Amino acid sequence: MANIRIPTPLRTFTNGDTDITVKGNTVGEALLDLTSQYVELKQHLYNEDGKLRAFVNIFLDGDDVRHLNGENTAINAESSLRIVPSVAGGLIYSHTVNMSKMQ
Amino acid sequence: MALNLPENLYNQVIVHLTSAYPHEGAGFLVGKELDDQRSVCMILALDNEWETNETHKRYKITPNAFLEAENTAEKHGLGLIGVFHSHPDHPARPSEYDRKLALPWFSYLIISIYKNRVGHATSWLLSDNRDHFIEELLNIE
Repeated sequence: MANIRIPTPLRTFTNGDTDITVKGNTVGEALLDLTSQYVELKQHLYNEDGKLRAFVNIFLDGDDVRHLNGENTAINAESSLRIVPSVAGGLIYSHTVNMSKMQ
Repeated sequence: MALNLPENLYNQVIVHLTSAYPHEGAGFLVGKELDDQRSVCMILALDNEWETNETHKRYKITPNAFLEAENTAEKHGLGLIGVFHSHPDHPARPSEYDRKLALPWFSYLIISIYKNRVGHATSWLLSDNRDHFIEELLNIE
């Protein structure tokens, strides 16, 4: 079975585990298995339309799968996948924040 | 949750963000978490990799920079615990754009930077359902 390495901010959803073993013949199937094992991960990896969020990058043996065949990229039992976020943001203030302090 | 940021590291953040002005500056907070306390032990100041000429209102850290930062943190027996970035000439409050692209669990330290002064610093966490930010206690000491 293939392996997926989880980035630091998502490990809170895998009970702190860094490397997860997954089933599947494609990247998409591997991610589906991952989010079946750790259900709370799904909303952070996929948007409301079921597409990978813009900041979620999947690397297969060091290559971004966007440059391969995306989620249809074939994998095998020796494949090493890695979820690598890009981090972005910027200003334009809006009023969607909750101002309450977290205790 | 509380984010504890030593004053000398806060000063390093300020140097990086003021040197980036009027563009947004950014970097990683590296440290450790114990119970509901996060302590910053080092910062990684990074180039703003946003591809267009909108760097006065946008920042980007590439996947490769993320990988390198994660490896650096682990080499020091630490982890990535958050991101810092500036809001040039704007309040230190997360934008809707920040929210849409936010990673869960990370602390988002935002500092407003003006031409001749440094504004407020605040720190935020994405809510569990991703629909808002929650301000966390920021201790600069």
